[in-house]
Amino acid sequence: MAHRTNAMICMCTNCVSNGALRIKDCLEAGIRARGLQDEIQIVPTGASGLCVRGPVLIVQPEGIFYQSLKVEDIPHLVEEHFLKGRPVRSLMYTPPREQTPIPVIRDIPFFKSQRLIALRNRGLIDPSKIEEYIGNDGYRALLKVLTAMTPGDVIKEIKDSGLRGRGGAGFLTGRKWESAAMHAADQKFIICNADEGDPGAFMDRSIIEADPHSIIEGMAIAGYAVGASRGIVYIRTEYPFAIERIAAAVEQARGCGLLGKNILELGFDFDVTIFRGAGAFVCGESSAMRASIQGEPPEPSSKHTHATEKGLWEKPTVLNNVETLANVPVIINWGAKWFADIGTETSKGTKVFSLAGNVVNAGLVEVPMGITLREIIYDIGGGIPGNKAFKAVQTGGPSGGCIPAELLDLPVDYEGLEKAGSMMGSGGMVVMDEDTCMVDVSRYFVDFLRDESCGKCTSCREGLNAMYLMLGSICEGKGREGDLELLEELSEAIQRASICQLGQTAPNLVLTTLRYFRDEYQAHIRERRCPAGVCKALITYRIDPAKCKACLVCNKNCPAEAVSGEKKKPQKIEEEKCIKCGVCRDVCKFEAVTVQ
Amino acid sequence: MSRITPGDLDRISEEVKSRMHLRKGIARARVLVHMGTCGIAAGARAVMIALIKEVEARQLQDVALVTSSCAGLCSREPMITVEIKDEPPVKYVNLTAEKAKEIVEKHVVGGQIVSEYALSLGSERVL
Repeated sequence: MAHRTNAMICMCTNCVSNGALRIKDCLEAGIRARGLQDEIQIVPTGASGLCVRGPVLIVQPEGIFYQSLKVEDIPHLVEEHFLKGRPVRSLMYTPPREQTPIPVIRDIPFFKSQRLIALRNRGLIDPSKIEEYIGNDGYRALLKVLTAMTPGDVIKEIKDSGLRGRGGAGFLTGRKWESAAMHAADQKFIICNADEGDPGAFMDRSIIEADPHSIIEGMAIAGYAVGASRGIVYIRTEYPFAIERIAAAVEQARGCGLLGKNILELGFDFDVTIFRGAGAFVCGESSAMRASIQGEPPEPSSKHTHATEKGLWEKPTVLNNVETLANVPVIINWGAKWFADIGTETSKGTKVFSLAGNVVNAGLVEVPMGITLREIIYDIGGGIPGNKAFKAVQTGGPSGGCIPAELLDLPVDYEGLEKAGSMMGSGGMVVMDEDTCMVDVSRYFVDFLRDESCGKCTSCREGLNAMYLMLGSICEGKGREGDLELLEELSEAIQRASICQLGQTAPNLVLTTLRYFRDEYQAHIRERRCPAGVCKALITYRIDPAKCKACLVCNKNCPAEAVSGEKKKPQKIEEEKCIKCGVCRDVCKFEAVTVQ
Repeated sequence: MSRITPGDLDRISEEVKSRMHLRKGIARARVLVHMGTCGIAAGARAVMIALIKEVEARQLQDVALVTSSCAGLCSREPMITVEIKDEPPVKYVNLTAEKAKEIVEKHVVGGQIVSEYALSLGSERVL
């Protein structure tokens, strides 16, 4: 008997770590107990996108979106919805600051403004089943190129579409393919870059978990276009679940002749292997990745010749990001013109962003290029939690910059972000609220980069270290006049003297914060004050006697026993004992604790 | 799975198409089975199963079967509501598996309301 209902349960890393496996078991047991197993099919899928509300269950055909599920909710849900047809309102999504839940997924603002190309199969298919991928136009594009297009046609189509690399630099994908196709060789390589290392970024992981076959199909099409028969997925080992998914998908595709020799009996050979990177940030850089695959220390080298001429093992090599490859089959199926009609003059199609930080709907979004930051953060992201003010958004990972509130209406595309001093990068987007200290943020990211610098170029290795120490002393209230100019000078030196993109872009964050938040740096240096109340050396906690209700909660919770005072009298904080942990402020119900 | 040839892609797509329609919420017609306690007690399950089988046998890929709660007329359960795109919904009462099959054939497929079992045209106004 065919099923009348499909219960799409999200099985992404996030939902699984929040108990989705147990929920799935419980759901299966509940459905069996009610004798509904022939009517209701449970389908495990990739991330729905609204990751902060996981575990998530979408019931089709109605499209009811259940969120923040717990095992205890499931028996009631099965009885009410699956047996009696009464969707459970208490488990639906209610937008922040509102009271009425929105039952159907397509009515939820977070989903409504998105346009899915790379993530077209998320929440729609079971990624572990190749027939489901095939059922939604999967491997159609591969069939089309093998039967009706020459390699030149494919390259032209991708070029005409205007597709640019989604991993960072935004190079035209079609031109990269064209260059690799031009250079004759006995062997060529297609490498899929899944070494996603930016803090807070999980686009690639999510695409692989939700739809691994789209990457395989994209790689095979690239292989046909440039004349390569070998593909390598370079994926960081910290993504065990994604590795499992892609490895299983490769096995399946090979098992049914969609990889390997004589694909689809049409005379084309292409196979994919998986290479697990050991999780160094620098390995995402093309020459370092090549060295890593070749078993050498992963250090970037200067690129006198392009990888498309002499790349891996000195053979012509195309390195494309996960998201770039996921777009390829759609462009082939729907045509370059269709794709090029989406987006802006210079940036075509859509972009996937992982929305993180101080934003209500943290998660994964795919939006057309040219959408404004405001639309992403407020309309889709639901704004800043706790009625706080927006301060900045950091785009492009640690290599990107911080964009301030006055640029919120900036249309998001490669050129727009670059003009603002940031970059598209791979699509990380970290939202920061008014309680964020920009000097502290700079120090955090410079610390990350200093740690991840491979150390080959002195400018990057020592320069970042020097910057880190200077930022540290500014945070501690030991900044001196002239420090900011020195930071700018150091930034320029790092940009100019480092051979790889990671070094060249490393100072972006410091430079943009200096550009947009210079007064905050100056407050640290000249007034020994941290306006956001973050840098411990520069702040003092005080209890406002007018607001203190003498409940003694702060007194009891202070780990340093720094709060004292008599019962029924306003409390006081002894400055010498205070370790500035902020517990008193967190526990106070009357907002009596202030930071200065 | 054995080796796939070009023709197999069509065949596999065809096989999973109804699943995909279901998940995308693409439907020309929706059949709501009222599954309140009253409906279940009166035999709504048998009606639902008959509908699932009939929809499958006729390979109706654009028909969604949905459960709904008590429609308020408990004395005349089992009930279903047939909603065809751009047409007012029709409520049917006192159903059996046989009658449900007939409604699929005549109304959902044939477009003719089975007035013998029909209660009313349209739904009550909400809000």
